[in-house]
Amino acid sequence: MEQTAPRLLEVKDLKTYFHTQKGDAKAVDGVSFSLNAGEALGLVGESGCGKTTAALSICRLLPANGYIADGEILVDGVDYCKLNDKEILPHRWKDVSMIFQGAMNAFNPVKTVGWQIAEAIMLHDGLDKKAAMERAGDLLELVEVPRDRVRHYPHEFSGGMKQRAMISMALACNPKLIIGDEPTTALDVMVQAQILNLLERLRREIHMGMILITHDLSILGETCDKIAVMYAGRIAETGSVDDIFRHAAHPYTQKLISCFPDISKRKEIPDGIPGFPPNLIAPPKGCRFAPRCEFSCDKCREVDPFMRRLSDSHSVACHLEVEK
Amino acid sequence: MRQVRVNDFFRQVRENKSAMVGVCIIIFFLLVAIFGPMFLHFDVSQTGANIRDTWLAPCRQHLLGTDHLGRDLLAFLVTGARSSLAVAFFATLISMIIGTAIGIISGYSGGWVDNLLMRITDFVLCIPWLPLCMVLASFMGTSIINIILVIGLTGWAGSARLVRAQTLSVKEMTYVERTVSLGARNWHIMFRHILPNVFPIVFANTVLDAAGAISTETTLSFLGLGDPTNPSWGMILYYAEANNAVSRGAWWYFLPAGICVILVVLGFTLMGYAFDEILNPKLKER
Repeated sequence: MEQTAPRLLEVKDLKTYFHTQKGDAKAVDGVSFSLNAGEALGLVGESGCGKTTAALSICRLLPANGYIADGEILVDGVDYCKLNDKEILPHRWKDVSMIFQGAMNAFNPVKTVGWQIAEAIMLHDGLDKKAAMERAGDLLELVEVPRDRVRHYPHEFSGGMKQRAMISMALACNPKLIIGDEPTTALDVMVQAQILNLLERLRREIHMGMILITHDLSILGETCDKIAVMYAGRIAETGSVDDIFRHAAHPYTQKLISCFPDISKRKEIPDGIPGFPPNLIAPPKGCRFAPRCEFSCDKCREVDPFMRRLSDSHSVACHLEVEK
Repeated sequence: MRQVRVNDFFRQVRENKSAMVGVCIIIFFLLVAIFGPMFLHFDVSQTGANIRDTWLAPCRQHLLGTDHLGRDLLAFLVTGARSSLAVAFFATLISMIIGTAIGIISGYSGGWVDNLLMRITDFVLCIPWLPLCMVLASFMGTSIINIILVIGLTGWAGSARLVRAQTLSVKEMTYVERTVSLGARNWHIMFRHILPNVFPIVFANTVLDAAGAISTETTLSFLGLGDPTNPSWGMILYYAEANNAVSRGAWWYFLPAGICVILVVLGFTLMGYAFDEILNPKLKER
C-alpha cells in the first residue's frame, strides 16, 4: 500500500436526516466527496437538494431537528461525526469555517463590523479586545476593505463590502477549509466577479481548501477544480470542470447546463426541467431523477444507480451511461 | 430590525410635535423637582402660626394657598414633584430590568424555562395590581423605598412579554447562529447580541411604563399608603380628601396636584408613543 497524506476533507457516505412530523426527511442520503488542501470543490444543484445541509453537516451546525444518521466526515483525519458539541468547538472556525448565506442577516445591525469580526477572534483565540480589533483591521485589509471601516455599522456597508467582511470573518482564525454557502447569490454580476476573484486569490495565497455551494453553474467554472452535482440528497455526477461542462454524463447535469441562457444565441427562455424534486421523506424507488428524466427506462424506476467511474476524475450515478 | 442611529433618533424626536410637547413637559417638571425647592419661602413641614393661616386661598404670600394645617401648598407641590418623579424613575428602572431580563432569558432559552417564566408572567399580569400593591405596600410598611419596590416588582410583566416576542424574532437571525457556532456562551449572545437589538423597543415601552408608575404612586399615596415623610402629589390629594377640601370649596388644595399628575402622565405618554413610532418601523408606515 502506498502511504498518502490524509486528505484535507473526506466525506464518506454521509447521511443527514431531519426529524419531521411525517417522518425523517432524508436531506442528504449517502453523499461522498473529498478535497485536498488548496483545492476548490463546487457543490451545485437545485434549491432543496441538500447542498447546504451537506455543508452544515461538515461544520456540525445543523438545526435542532437535523442529525447525522450515518457516515464519516474526516477533516485532517479527525472524524467530526464522532465529536460531541463541546469537542467540535475548537475545530470549528480554526479548521473549518463558513461564509454564511445572505451576508445581510449575518451581521448584527447594532454592532460595528469590526467588533463582530473581533468577536470571533476573542471567543476563539482568547485574544484581548485591542489585539482582536487590530487583527480585525488586518483581515478587512486582506479582503480589500479600508482598515478604518472597522468602526462602521453594517448598514454603512454596501452589499459587496458586507460580503467581503463576511469572508474576512470566516478567515478570522486561519481555517484550513472554508465553506461558502452561496457567497455571491444576492450580489450583482460585477460585484460577484470581484468576490469570486477575491476568494480565488485568498485560496492561492493562504492555500486553503474551499467548498463553494451555489445553484449558479457558471461561477463554478472559473473558480473550482472539481464540481459535484447534487440531486435530491445524492450526488448525481462528480468530475473536473471540464468533465462536467464538456462531457456531462448525467441527464440532470446536461439539463442544468442547458438551462443557462446563452447571450450569443437567439433570444429564448431556457426550457427548464419539468416537474419538481422528489419528496425526500419517501423518495421514489430507483433513480431519484427518473420521474423527470426524458431518457428514463424501466430499470431506472426500479434499480438505484450506483456511482460509476468514467475516468480518473469523472464519476456518474446513472444507468444510461452503462448502456451507451 | 432597523438600525436607528442615535443622531437620527434625536432628529426624528425634534420633528415629532407630540414628542416635543412630552419632552418639554417632562423637562419642566424635572427642573422644578431638582431646582424648585431652592426658591421656596416656606418649608413643607412648616405649619401655620395660628388658625387664621389655615385654608388660605391663593394670595401674594402663599401663591397656591395653604392647607388645613396652614402649610404652604406651593412648597408641598414642588417638594412632592421630587418624590413623585423619583418613584416613577426608580420603579420603572426596576421593572425595566426585571422585564428585560425575564423576556430575554425566556425567549432565548425556550423549552421549560420559557414555559415557567411565562406562566409566572401570566400570573403577575392576571392578579389585579391595585389590591396587590395595596397589600404589599401595607405589608412592607410605608417608606419611599418600599413604594418603589412595590411598583417596580409588579409592573414588569408587560415588558417581559414584549421583550420575549422581540427576542424570539432576533434569535432566528443568522448572526446569532454564527455566534453560537463560535462557541459563545448563552449570556454573551443574550446580552451582547440580543439586548442591543431589543433595547429600542424596551426604551419606548419604559417611557410609557413611567406614566403608569406615576399614576400608581399617586393612587397608593391617595389611599394613604404613601411615605408620610416624603410628601408627594398623591399625598396632597389624600389630605385634601381626608379634610373635605372639596366640600369646603378649597379648589387650590387639590386642583394643582391633580393637574401636575395629569401633565406628567400626559408628558410620558406622548413621549412614549412618539418614541414607539420612531423606533418601531411597522407603526411608522401608518
